[in-house]
Amino acid sequence: MIRVTDLSVNYGAVRALREVSFEAPTGEITAVLGANGAGKTTLLRTISGLVAPKTGEVALDETRLTGVATENIARLGLAHVPEGRGVIAELTVEENLRLGAMAAKVDLAAGLANQYERFPALRDRRRKLCATLSGGERQMLAMARALIAQPRVLLLDEPSLGLAPQITAQLMHTIRDLCASEHLTVILVEQNAKSALRIAHRAVVLHLGRAVASGSAQDIAQDDDLRRYYLGVAVE
Amino acid sequence: MHNIFGGIAQGVVYALVALSLVIIWQSTHVLNFAQGAMAMFATYIGMTEIDRGLGYWWCVIISVAVGMALGGLTERVLIRPLYGKPEINPIVVMVGFLGVLEALAAAIWTSTTRNIPEPFSQIFYHSQGNLVYLSPFIIFQVILALGIMLVVAALFRFTPLGLQLRASALAPEVSRLLGIRVSRMLTFGWMLSAGVGCIAAVIQASGSFGLFPTDMDGIFVAGFIAAAVGGLESPFGAVCGGLLIGLAEQFILSYWSPNVAPLGGIIILVIALMIRPQGLFTKTAGRRV
Repeated sequence: MIRVTDLSVNYGAVRALREVSFEAPTGEITAVLGANGAGKTTLLRTISGLVAPKTGEVALDETRLTGVATENIARLGLAHVPEGRGVIAELTVEENLRLGAMAAKVDLAAGLANQYERFPALRDRRRKLCATLSGGERQMLAMARALIAQPRVLLLDEPSLGLAPQITAQLMHTIRDLCASEHLTVILVEQNAKSALRIAHRAVVLHLGRAVASGSAQDIAQDDDLRRYYLGVAVE
Repeated sequence: MHNIFGGIAQGVVYALVALSLVIIWQSTHVLNFAQGAMAMFATYIGMTEIDRGLGYWWCVIISVAVGMALGGLTERVLIRPLYGKPEINPIVVMVGFLGVLEALAAAIWTSTTRNIPEPFSQIFYHSQGNLVYLSPFIIFQVILALGIMLVVAALFRFTPLGLQLRASALAPEVSRLLGIRVSRMLTFGWMLSAGVGCIAAVIQASGSFGLFPTDMDGIFVAGFIAAAVGGLESPFGAVCGGLLIGLAEQFILSYWSPNVAPLGGIIILVIALMIRPQGLFTKTAGRRV
């Protein structure tokens, strides 16, 4: 489980997060929703240690994450797929995957085989430079690279960004299936609230840095006021 | 051109400096303008050990070790505070550091040229009664440079460490998210680069011209041009660039005047920029350097 307690983050004078608290239960998908600028990306970056909070705590089960260096948080089993996917364009598909496995000390050959089985399109392109991949392929690669390390927690920052609706739907299915099969704890940041709430167990809604609502995904999806004020158009 | 081997010998020194720049570019995306001066300083320390009676190879080992330590220390103390700030900052700091090192070396060891007794004969061969300007030492230099080039190329292309070094320079934040200890990679990149740079200075000191505190300035410029011409990602390109400039200078020296020899590098640079600005051996598109 990931527990966030009273987390406040400032970028200079801008208060990006204000005393945000929530829990992402083990083995479940927790969606973090909200408009642009709500603080969703900042939240993930603070959990993974790229940003230091002003006040507040982040914990992974019993282990305190606040103040721990990003690379050490990753080695504890937390995989963060950042906004824009973070695929290293100058390296090949396989080199990106090898990087993912490096710090985790997993069996590289077995890890590669698993990911290629899960994402056959990556195997076909394994020696290609990532600059030549499409958006959907990059998303697959970013996921595979995170999963090859066999993480316990997966942070996904807007995985559907720039993807066609059909691919987004497939992606969401994949995330849901992975969560179930690997017993992952997933925190899914999405502007596409509709897709996210379809697969999530729980949801947190951020608005201007504050958590304005949290609860089961179903409750959040059915709350008309929430939809109107914070989540934009129709969430069915 | 009767002294083609002289051009090759000098080209090897340029090639090694160029290799050190390829290493530091590939692992940190910073160019160390004090590379030559740091190598000179470390080599001077190695040379004083010769005065105390230690042999040539000890001098080399000590110089390279001191150079690597100096490289690591420089990264930690001078460069680390500059990450995330304008890219020009490390360049300015290193140029300042260059001045400090050269002044310090002159103060400690005076500006007179110093030599290290060479391990291989520098006496030129004769062929059919004619002087061939090739000596065992020059053969050793070329083999050494090619060997280092192969090791560096293999490191970056085939080893996990090389992959981590490249990733740390290309995408430091993403690399950290993958659990890679990026700051260690950056320090190691500086150390490795400094070590190879030192070998260049040691060879220069072993040659007939010896080494003096500001000697590495011109050599650094030539090495820099060689790396830019060859493409900052290609160890092979760096060595080719270095040899090319050495030969060009020798050509000018033979047919024009020794004073204008450094023009060789400039001419090669201009031609390369006109034909293929991204570097002769790069795969990727052009880049701002």
